[in-house]
Amino acid sequence: MRAIERLKESPSQTAGPYIHIGALPNFAGVEGVYPEDLGHRMILGNAAGERITLRGTVYDGTGAALRDAMVEIWQADAAGKYAGQDGADPAFTGWGRQAGDMETGEFAFETLKPGPVPFRDGRMQAPHISVWIVARGINLGLQTRIYFADEAEANDADPILSRIEHRDRIGTLMARPEGDGSYRFDIRLQGEAETIFFDI
Amino acid sequence: MSAFQQKQAVTQTPGGHVAPGGGLYARDRTWHPAALTPAYKTSVARSPSRAPISFPTTVSEETGPVFTRDLLGPLDADLIHNYAKSPEGAIGPRIVVQGRVLDEDGRGVPGALVEVWQANAGGRYRHKKEGYLAPLDPDFGGCGRCITDEFGNYEFRTIQPGPYPWPNGPNDWRPAHIHFSVFGQSWGQRLITQMYFDGDPMIWHCPIVGTIPSREGIESLVARLDMAATIPMDARVYRFDIVLRGRRQTLFENRMEGL
Repeated sequence: MRAIERLKESPSQTAGPYIHIGALPNFAGVEGVYPEDLGHRMILGNAAGERITLRGTVYDGTGAALRDAMVEIWQADAAGKYAGQDGADPAFTGWGRQAGDMETGEFAFETLKPGPVPFRDGRMQAPHISVWIVARGINLGLQTRIYFADEAEANDADPILSRIEHRDRIGTLMARPEGDGSYRFDIRLQGEAETIFFDI
Repeated sequence: MSAFQQKQAVTQTPGGHVAPGGGLYARDRTWHPAALTPAYKTSVARSPSRAPISFPTTVSEETGPVFTRDLLGPLDADLIHNYAKSPEGAIGPRIVVQGRVLDEDGRGVPGALVEVWQANAGGRYRHKKEGYLAPLDPDFGGCGRCITDEFGNYEFRTIQPGPYPWPNGPNDWRPAHIHFSVFGQSWGQRLITQMYFDGDPMIWHCPIVGTIPSREGIESLVARLDMAATIPMDARVYRFDIVLRGRRQTLFENRMEGL
């Protein structure tokens, strides 16, 4: 038998504490190289849909806030189209990148509430935002999803949420409305209320 | 919308349909570092203890932001000069890092955004929170970026970073390294890793390198000195290929020639 020739993915290494230099240099104090940090603005003009502010903090297993984390999100527009797909809103990038505040650890995204997108079998997925978290001490970027606590009906029918065995953990994927279009989504890396992470 | 905003627009390659049998190859988690690697102490409180939950990839994981070359400035891939005030540029051994971004099937990944960051030749990072006693180089910022060409090729010009001590064990040092952040064509390919240098003895003492389970895996992150490509009287060339997850494809999706 002949072997199947395939390459191995490059092994991940931690982003380390200074990822901001490469990803958000203006934020890190390396100014003048790029005019603006990439991913800073997701809404470029008159994008359709409900504008929301998404705030959160990443906590370690001792309950301490990470002050060196970087969070990226990828989401559909208000109509459920990803940037580049036919009919996607040209005024919305779908991709955002933010660092946690160097003192408090809190991150914030100014974005749109996403529309539903299809699952593989044509059923609809509840509105959600894909999230990727890196920091010192995280060896492989962590993947999770933000769903919306005020979309109960869509969440109940969501094909991914419905396959989660430990129902009591689903709340860790819910962004909670705080009024004025603000939502909170805290991420707990470890411990009692550990956020659900995905192997996708 | 200003012209600059237009340039910042992020677009995804059209036609991201999902064919039957499509989706990303499953990630081999035994090949990557585990989440909990106690010799790298910071991982202890930052590692999830529950198993991650798997599901088949969907349009959310199979699409991703694509970055167009017009967002790049002329010096973005030249770390010797992109922060420098002096015409000579940053201090340190001049190198070119070149390679390809490939997928697991060996196909070049075009249009991949590659972002790099590194310490200066003395091992010091330019960052608000960094306080190593080695001096900053006023002509070195430490960041660069480029987008792969149609074959997946990328290239940076920089100086070789220095090794530096870090608070972990009582006397731990990082080998000289360059951090790489890479976007493929889908969200599920997102990867951050580090590049090391051929022949550096510090590689084998480093607890962060040591999170990678196999020697073969570690060696895949070691850039090779390429003397044939090295530019006489200018800069040595290091060769470093990066592999992202591949994607299942079928003949129905990739029609054969003539069909």
